[in-house]
Amino acid sequence: MTPLSAASRPVIGRGFRLQWEEAQKAHVLLYPEGMVKLNGSAGEILKRCDGQRTMHDIVTDLESAFSTTGLERDVSAFVSLALERRWLEIHE
Amino acid sequence: MSIPPVGPPFWLLLELTYKCPLHCVFCYNPTDFARTTQELDTADWIRVLREARALGAVQLGLSGGEPMQREDLEIIVAEAHQLGYYINLVTSGVGLNETRIHALKKAGLDHIQLSFQDSTREMNDFLSSTRTFELKSKVAALIKKYDYPMVLNVVLHRMNIDHVGEILGMAERMKADYVELANTQYYGWAWHNRERLMPTRAQLERAEEVTGEFRQRMGERMRVFFVVPDYYENRPKPCMNGLGSIFLTITPDGTALPCHAARMLPGIDFPNVKDAAVEWIWRDSPGFNHFRGDAWMKEPCRSCPEKSKDFGGCRCQAYLMTGDAANADPVCDLSPHHHLVLEAIARAEKPPVEEKPVLIFRDARNSRTISGWNGSPRSSSSR
Repeated sequence: MTPLSAASRPVIGRGFRLQWEEAQKAHVLLYPEGMVKLNGSAGEILKRCDGQRTMHDIVTDLESAFSTTGLERDVSAFVSLALERRWLEIHE
Repeated sequence: MSIPPVGPPFWLLLELTYKCPLHCVFCYNPTDFARTTQELDTADWIRVLREARALGAVQLGLSGGEPMQREDLEIIVAEAHQLGYYINLVTSGVGLNETRIHALKKAGLDHIQLSFQDSTREMNDFLSSTRTFELKSKVAALIKKYDYPMVLNVVLHRMNIDHVGEILGMAERMKADYVELANTQYYGWAWHNRERLMPTRAQLERAEEVTGEFRQRMGERMRVFFVVPDYYENRPKPCMNGLGSIFLTITPDGTALPCHAARMLPGIDFPNVKDAAVEWIWRDSPGFNHFRGDAWMKEPCRSCPEKSKDFGGCRCQAYLMTGDAANADPVCDLSPHHHLVLEAIARAEKPPVEEKPVLIFRDARNSRTISGWNGSPRSSSSR
């Protein structure tokens, strides 16, 4: 697995689909015969993982959207976990 | 735990047809399936999809019988995709040629679960009473070619559980993303064939060991699920997460059920989508409210601290084994009927030599024999 860096461009993993579910008022990840209901911050991170934005872009974008700073550590930790679970992939 | 608020039916399973080119001895379909002569038409299925989606259904299973037998499958998939379902096709592979797999991809099918009966042609063909092994292998290659995630499903039992190593080897060669080694659950045809299907404890332990070694070797490359046979557990499975909690099945004739096997439960009026809207069926119908909450429970479940964890286990298993669907699932060692499970295990350890039970293959003729059906079609409405 490629190590995660500020230049990495994570994208939703093959076989997974991210979508907003109105009935659950949450983002969910759908995969063969399964579903993960995401909490608010997980949903906000994953919806920015489009294979175009770098990790740096994602963090900057989140910090500006939520008028805060210092999110890099938390975002990296979550993205690493999501890569392990194959919710995300990095093509490089 | 009183009556919980009714949440969405996250899981919608459409059994599009009972028609199936295979005759598997462990099929969970009702043994009287041959009574169903009228299947829902395309417009009915599409209405069900829309109404269930509005309630929050999101995972869709298309199953049967063999769903490829429906010529309108591509239309159903296209509509489901447009509605935002994640669509799982559960198939034997028979009828899934390149033209259709391409059309299904275009329609928005997300995933294909391909069933195999064993890793060898002989056992696969024997257990399904057909010649399908080569064909299934070709379908597996097509699934990869069209870039679907592939789940390989193999139902395990006494006659193939010793081949788990070979089955996993086959899955590796086919580059499956997930493998489900699902020990037989004894409903429908499997219930009738239980004596011939139940593995011994030694067989089971060996299979678990082999699976564990394989998992370690594969790491993240493949997910392997091993569904243990519940007869060998001390506590029952939380069947369907409680009936009427997240799971909605529609049978080929439109009967709505809180689990695929529930039609066998006597004295419960399960509604039909031809007579009622899915919202009423899910939220308000007596059939779906019957086993919600815990008012229906008897002892030892009623006062059990674990009742909110396993919901008393499986209603169908309780009914099949004890004759009363409100009893505790006999798999639980607190059930006064647990000895029935122990006896079945003992018979698996030492099968009686003098009376070797015969396997009953799932086909229309056996269906009529078992159900004692005289040929009149099942009425489309039960009310």
